[in-house]
Amino acid sequence: MIAALLLRDVRRAWTGGGAVWPVAFFLLACVLFPFAVGPDAALLSRVGGGVVWTAALLAALLPIERLLAPDRDAGVLDQLAVRGASMSAVAAIKIAAHWCAFAPPLMAAALLAAGLLGVSGETLLRVEIGLAIGTPGLAALAVATAALVAGLRGAGALAGLLMLPLAVPLLIFGAGSLDGGSGALKLLAAISLLLCAGAPFVAGAALRMAD
Amino acid sequence: MTALALSDVAGARGGEMLFAGVSLALGPGEAALVTGPNGAGKSTLVRICAGLLAPAMGTVRSEGRIALLAEAHALDPELPLARALDFWSALDGGGPQAVASALAAVELAPVAQLPVRLLSTGQRRRAAFARVIASDAPIWLLDEPANGLDAAAIARLEHLLAVHRAAGGIVLAATHLPIALPGAVPVEVGR
Repeated sequence: MIAALLLRDVRRAWTGGGAVWPVAFFLLACVLFPFAVGPDAALLSRVGGGVVWTAALLAALLPIERLLAPDRDAGVLDQLAVRGASMSAVAAIKIAAHWCAFAPPLMAAALLAAGLLGVSGETLLRVEIGLAIGTPGLAALAVATAALVAGLRGAGALAGLLMLPLAVPLLIFGAGSLDGGSGALKLLAAISLLLCAGAPFVAGAALRMAD
Repeated sequence: MTALALSDVAGARGGEMLFAGVSLALGPGEAALVTGPNGAGKSTLVRICAGLLAPAMGTVRSEGRIALLAEAHALDPELPLARALDFWSALDGGGPQAVASALAAVELAPVAQLPVRLLSTGQRRRAAFARVIASDAPIWLLDEPANGLDAAAIARLEHLLAVHRAAGGIVLAATHLPIALPGAVPVEVGR
């Protein structure tokens, strides 16, 4: 059941545009930044890493509404429950599938964004390492948020208000790791691990209560 | 042994009690027909039997796998019908063969390669019913199985229910449309 559901969700994310739109939004947000602060190459290269992180966080909001609500409305979650699947396990699979569809394209797009902002190769490497560690936590947070707001009116706006404050630690330690210290990376990994471990249970409980 | 037993079950929705005191014991080949006006709690009773909702009172006991036909069809709209059904059939331990014969049983074999989103209301209903057949589960819980079906399709449905019961299966159907379910235990829910 795990493999079948994972494959289905990854396929749906890639074919339904779920993998493309957040990346397009991410690049757009990175491109907008120089327009706002001016084309000063030294300044852009200094803040570029932080810009990439902020844009990644905003892009992570985009797919939330499509993560769980469609399956809930189409009765897919009910059919899984009848077959004995626990909602926490389903949420864990959703997190893995969401990461597969979201993180690799985002990390590839970060290369492009770093080029546009004139970020140094050294900083880019730290951004990529940080994203590799931080995106599982971001995916977990997205699925938990999606479960909490599924079925509510104005779910999209509410998801942003709910998720962004909780994602602040990822942003702080992700951007903090750009200065070269390994302490921030370890804390980033700890936060990401905590989110990955806790989110399936939060999401599972939210889905069970939604009935 | 296949069985579905409800003892003194009460159902609530949004804190409001819908029905109470529903008791039922079904063995192999037996059926129950749940009737009642709109909003009386027919779907709630089906969901309680499926284990998706906890009863407000009483207990539900079932032995054997359950197949649920709910209001939503739970088939990926962008996939060809046969592939959308294959996903569930694989979870149920069946293969493409089970899907093909289920599609033939509900007379949807000609549209097996059509995307689910292009099917008509009645065809989607039959497609969802095909999943129930392909699941090979002994207990069928059907919520409004006749919705959107024409007379010929309803006759076909009644025939398939009879075949399932003759093979030792259990059927619990909630409906506001008359369907023939000979010898079924009547369960009336209502205010």
